Amino acid sequence: MTVAPKREAYDIVVIGAGPAGLAAAATSAEAGLSTLLLDENIGPGGQVFRAIGSTPLTERNQLGADYWAGADLVQALRASNAEVIHRATVWSLDRNLEIAVSIGGASAFVTAQRVIVATGALERPFPIPGWTLPGVMTAGAAQTMLKSSALVPDGRTLIAGQGPLLWLLAAQILRLGGRIDCILDTTERGNYFAALPHAFAFLTSPYFTKGLSMMREVKAKVQVVSGVTELSASGDGQLASVSYVAGGKRETIPSDLLLLHQGVVPNVNLAMSAGVEHRWDELQLCWSPVLDANGDSSVAGIAIAGDGAGIGGASAAVARGRIAARAAVEALAPAAAAKLAPMSALRADLAKAERGRIFLDTLFRPSPQFRIPSGDTIVCRCEEVTARDVLDSVAIGATGPNQLKAYRRTGMGPCQGRLCGLTVTELMAQARGKTPQEIGYYRLRAPVKPITLAELAAVPKSEADVKAVVRG
Amino acid sequence: MTRNVDAIVVGGGIHGCSTALHLCLAGMKPVLIEKDYAGRHASGVNAGGVRQLARHIPEIPLSVRSMGIWERISELVDDDCSFESYGQVLVAENEEELAVCRARVAELNALGFTHEELIDAAELRRLVPAVAETCPGGVVSRRDGAANPAQTTTAFRRKAEQLGAIVREGEAAGNIRHSGGLWHVDVGPDTYAAPVLVNAAGAWAGKIAAALGEPVPVETVAPMLMITSRVPHFIDPVVILRGRKLSFKQFSNGTVLIGGGHLATPNQDRNETVLDWKSLAISARTVFELFPVMRSAMIVRAWAGIEARMKDDIPVFGPSSRHVGLYHQFGFSLHGFQLGPGAGAVMAELIVNGGTQTRVGDLGIDRFHPSTL
Repeated sequence: MTVAPKREAYDIVVIGAGPAGLAAAATSAEAGLSTLLLDENIGPGGQVFRAIGSTPLTERNQLGADYWAGADLVQALRASNAEVIHRATVWSLDRNLEIAVSIGGASAFVTAQRVIVATGALERPFPIPGWTLPGVMTAGAAQTMLKSSALVPDGRTLIAGQGPLLWLLAAQILRLGGRIDCILDTTERGNYFAALPHAFAFLTSPYFTKGLSMMREVKAKVQVVSGVTELSASGDGQLASVSYVAGGKRETIPSDLLLLHQGVVPNVNLAMSAGVEHRWDELQLCWSPVLDANGDSSVAGIAIAGDGAGIGGASAAVARGRIAARAAVEALAPAAAAKLAPMSALRADLAKAERGRIFLDTLFRPSPQFRIPSGDTIVCRCEEVTARDVLDSVAIGATGPNQLKAYRRTGMGPCQGRLCGLTVTELMAQARGKTPQEIGYYRLRAPVKPITLAELAAVPKSEADVKAVVRG
Repeated sequence: MTRNVDAIVVGGGIHGCSTALHLCLAGMKPVLIEKDYAGRHASGVNAGGVRQLARHIPEIPLSVRSMGIWERISELVDDDCSFESYGQVLVAENEEELAVCRARVAELNALGFTHEELIDAAELRRLVPAVAETCPGGVVSRRDGAANPAQTTTAFRRKAEQLGAIVREGEAAGNIRHSGGLWHVDVGPDTYAAPVLVNAAGAWAGKIAAALGEPVPVETVAPMLMITSRVPHFIDPVVILRGRKLSFKQFSNGTVLIGGGHLATPNQDRNETVLDWKSLAISARTVFELFPVMRSAMIVRAWAGIEARMKDDIPVFGPSSRHVGLYHQFGFSLHGFQLGPGAGAVMAELIVNGGTQTRVGDLGIDRFHPSTL
């Protein structure tokens, strides 16, 4: 059944039903504002709480206590008057706060007084030789299959990369009886020293004990190779083996499945296409929106909450969602804000949730050789552009990602740069001796997710057209 | 520091780049000043149509001149610009439209222009097999085609620089003034001085002209385009409709560009446009009706470039009517891309020789002079 939005205009439209979006929508609806939550998935939860209402995995320790925290957020939302539409893909947002959304193959347009963008994170590209071979996938894709369908790998499986999610996924696979032959840890040894000054905050953060016990659990069952400095996948049309260098020694392991992960980065496409200013984050090595303490962006009326505002994790996302929603309520209906948790308490929650983040960001900062490829390694999967192609274009005058489009069509395929954007920026920055901030990013354009021509053709005529017809 | 050059070209679109290139070929040393980067606006993001078809009569000589250059574009800029020549076809959807086409072709023939050719339903179907059966014919301009606009503008810029042009990108031309017989223009901390100034600043050119005492009726517009995912090859020429706002082009990689002149809302100061999806939906409906093969294609991206449109829809081209050494080259009104190569060549002739064999007199800024209005 397809449900179109009930109104044409709302006080607040929230985009994305992950932790930030769930919290934001529940907060604004609780304050009595007309609230619409649009979400692309079949149910609430986003990535971190994916399938929270429908997962076949009912034994709570398999996915961990943090996962089930999502259920409370969903309950709070369901208790509110927020209108919630799933399988709703927002494909356009502009500075007039006009939103185009595709629901069940039909597009609708709504407007809002305030928009809270909670579109979360994407996995960082991991462009090693052979990363486009069938049999190589991202850890996030594997986790999606695990959460929604309880599917775990049973062939010869390697996990390579670094970051908290990598260990979480490994633990979840093992608890469900899946197979992992080896973990290739690419954390740079120098990062441990760099992160040390931030260790105290981390020790007192909720991540510490949970993270440590998870790593211990995984290491008890799986061989872990640390200090991996080179990585490549090979095979003839299908992954056959993975080669790596650790401690100066090269090894090759036969493999059926390689799961890659080196952290997540803000999913900036919708916000950037709306004209929101972003800046390069030198620590997290990604683009983050320029926001004030309430999450308000450079475009009046658009706030950003959750990992799309800069990676902070689920608890921080919840706090940011509530802050953004409360700020919106204060602006639209100041009297109604009184019934909400005070801003000071929300900010304290956020500070607590963000404790230890710098430690994690520093420790798991991915190495240059895994971010900036060379030679024949594919950079842009949609148009099959290699690192060498990009450098050749720089040599004859391409100065940034948008100019590169003219030479190589990078970023012009259906993914709109999600799989190559960061790589292209960093590769061009290195080649030209500039900072990523100076090099810039693709100018992103709606539709942020493709829609069919038939769907666009079916869009109702504008009021002016209707009037023109009526006037005859 | 003031640097003396032979000419200052303001604007790094296809026109500014082409004029700078042709000035270099004539032995001059120009500076090209572009506030963003070459091809950032309309020149880099237009539909890429290389079209003599359906042009206003006053600009046809310039278009014909340009076409000759397009056909040897690699020799000029060492880049094929992805130029391909499968013709452009104007489709009449009914007999009334075909009658208009017939009259137009007769008018052009009487003036001595032969590039437009009336075609019947059979020839239309041969050229555009996918078109709806009900269309009775149209007009074809067989030498027309399309090119990659960003690649082209970039190639002109690169070649101009190779031939000695100074290219300044990323800072706007400021404080344009005439003193001591020379034009002076500031770029950041630098000043350039030259006897010649070319105003090729696109959507920003009207302000420059007005500041120099030559206001013209010009507005800033942002025509929208959208591109689809790859679909099986089904069409070679560029197709435009006689009666509705639609242009249509399939590239060699299978993607299809849909345009036609529906407008976005430009914000010139922010270099930004806000798209009007309800108008784009009209284009989608037209394509849906005419080309059933396109119905399941995905719309991958839509955008709009910022440019200048004149009240009378034809460009301002030629010497100033007030100042010695000032030349205007702007206001191409949604159809300037094809004219770029030829306009640069003719502009260089006007500057270097004081005249040209190509008839461009009807395009002068003096047509807006208070005494002629």
